[in-house]
Amino acid sequence: MHELPQQLVNGLLLGSMYGLIAIGYTMVYGIVQLINFAHGEIFMVGGFGALTVWLWLPGGTTMWVAIPLMIIGAVIVSTTVAVGAERFAYRPLRGAPRLAPLITAIGLSLALQQAVWAWYPNAKSSRTFPEIPGDSIHIGSVTIQPGDLFLVVAAPICMFALGWFVMKTRVGRGMQATAQDPDTAKLMGVNTDRVIVVAFALGAAFAGIAAVAYGFRYGEVNFRMGFLWGLKAFTAAVLGGIGNIYGAMIGGLVLGIAEAMATAYMNDIPGMDKLGGQSWADVWAFVLLIVVLLVRPQGLLGERVADRA
Amino acid sequence: MTALLEVEDLRVAYGKIEAVKGISFTVEAGQVVTLIGTNGAGKTTTLRTLSGLLKPVGGSIKFNGKTLRKYRADQIVSLGLAHSPEGRHIFPRMTIENNLRLGAYLRTDKTGIEKDIQRAYDLFPILGERRKQAAGTLSGGEQQMLAMGRALMSQPKLLMLDEPSMGLSPIMMQKIMATIAELKAGGTTILLVEQNAQAALSLADHGHVMEVGKIVLSGTGGDLLHDESVRKAYLGED
Repeated sequence: MHELPQQLVNGLLLGSMYGLIAIGYTMVYGIVQLINFAHGEIFMVGGFGALTVWLWLPGGTTMWVAIPLMIIGAVIVSTTVAVGAERFAYRPLRGAPRLAPLITAIGLSLALQQAVWAWYPNAKSSRTFPEIPGDSIHIGSVTIQPGDLFLVVAAPICMFALGWFVMKTRVGRGMQATAQDPDTAKLMGVNTDRVIVVAFALGAAFAGIAAVAYGFRYGEVNFRMGFLWGLKAFTAAVLGGIGNIYGAMIGGLVLGIAEAMATAYMNDIPGMDKLGGQSWADVWAFVLLIVVLLVRPQGLLGERVADRA
Repeated sequence: MTALLEVEDLRVAYGKIEAVKGISFTVEAGQVVTLIGTNGAGKTTTLRTLSGLLKPVGGSIKFNGKTLRKYRADQIVSLGLAHSPEGRHIFPRMTIENNLRLGAYLRTDKTGIEKDIQRAYDLFPILGERRKQAAGTLSGGEQQMLAMGRALMSQPKLLMLDEPSMGLSPIMMQKIMATIAELKAGGTTILLVEQNAQAALSLADHGHVMEVGKIVLSGTGGDLLHDESVRKAYLGED
């Protein structure tokens, strides 16, 4: 078990990406009770936004300049697509039976995938993402690849910024109010339409940042990446208790660590010798979801039901 | 002089069912006006329409010279109409203090907001003692106090209170009614919806009795309090 710390770090890295994406699912669900199944694709287009910025930059641009511009590119593309989807696909369906926006979300997800596949140059197979130059960092027995440094820095900053925004700012309080009781929030003067747009935009911005992290970690982006990552992040959101932003972060981390552990150690357990390794990682993620939901149907930090006196 | 609130021939429907069938009344600045009546008379529907949560199918609402129909609920708050809804609807997972801050959502005068939070604590000392507690942990009466304090935070020209005494113990009900009297004495204009006709009419300058979507009787609080049919129907006397 000498590599346990390394596997923990791998799990945390994986998990903080799940968490960043999961926030988009959970915030939108918390406010409009919509599962935005197109969110995986909002993440994906962010990756292509960052790549596009990189391709525009003159050759030889240093990463210190390129990374912030790529983040901006990813965030702009992701939020534009998400806010557009809210305005033109979901808002007209508000008040419609719940299946209608759900099917719209699935349709939108397919449309975005196909749009990138069809129109982004050479996107029919994976497109290479730039690398963060430098050597691996060794801390004790733990090695962190340069490509992951972005995530190590970005994930905690994003999480703290979000916590601060929701708890301490006026608009954040308006979001909490809208999530708890939309009609009464209106009676306080909260423009709930605007709050919904902010929720979509914030979730998309985080998904865009997660997509940049994905690119640096795996060295590529592709039009299909939103599907499985979206599904895993949704799993993380449900695991943590959908509607709760801290739940999304913790659900992401738990999922990431569980996946890393199962991948690394499942083969060592007698009788389970074919159930470890990367190919089984997804299976164990969903097994974890099923187990947690059996014990705590509301998720790890899910809302208590009896809140009103 | 024109009234602060002028409701004329207001009609509201849920689908095909008309809940409010053409009612008219006014509220002058400084007055307490009450709508009384049994469950299903359309009182709450009327308030929810005034605050913009429901859209009327007909009639007009003028508030402070403006036609409310053109405004969204959150904009109506900014015009000076505050609504403390039926069932209190405080935000249970937020602290008491943050509930009050939400009441001041549209205000930007930081020192004024702090002063008004303090004023709410003066009005309801229990809220001040528990300011950091989640509002869901308060008792029903305390939640009602919070709901009223929160509605006052927007510095309304007109405060609408929907069933503030609902589900409260007699002592708590007296406390709430005494607070309403205190607000009235301080010059706050109030539109009060109540099932407790006795308490509401003793406070009110004007009262309107609603039955199945219509106003069937109007008068000063004292007149209605002594009206025979009101006494029979709502005050449990025969």
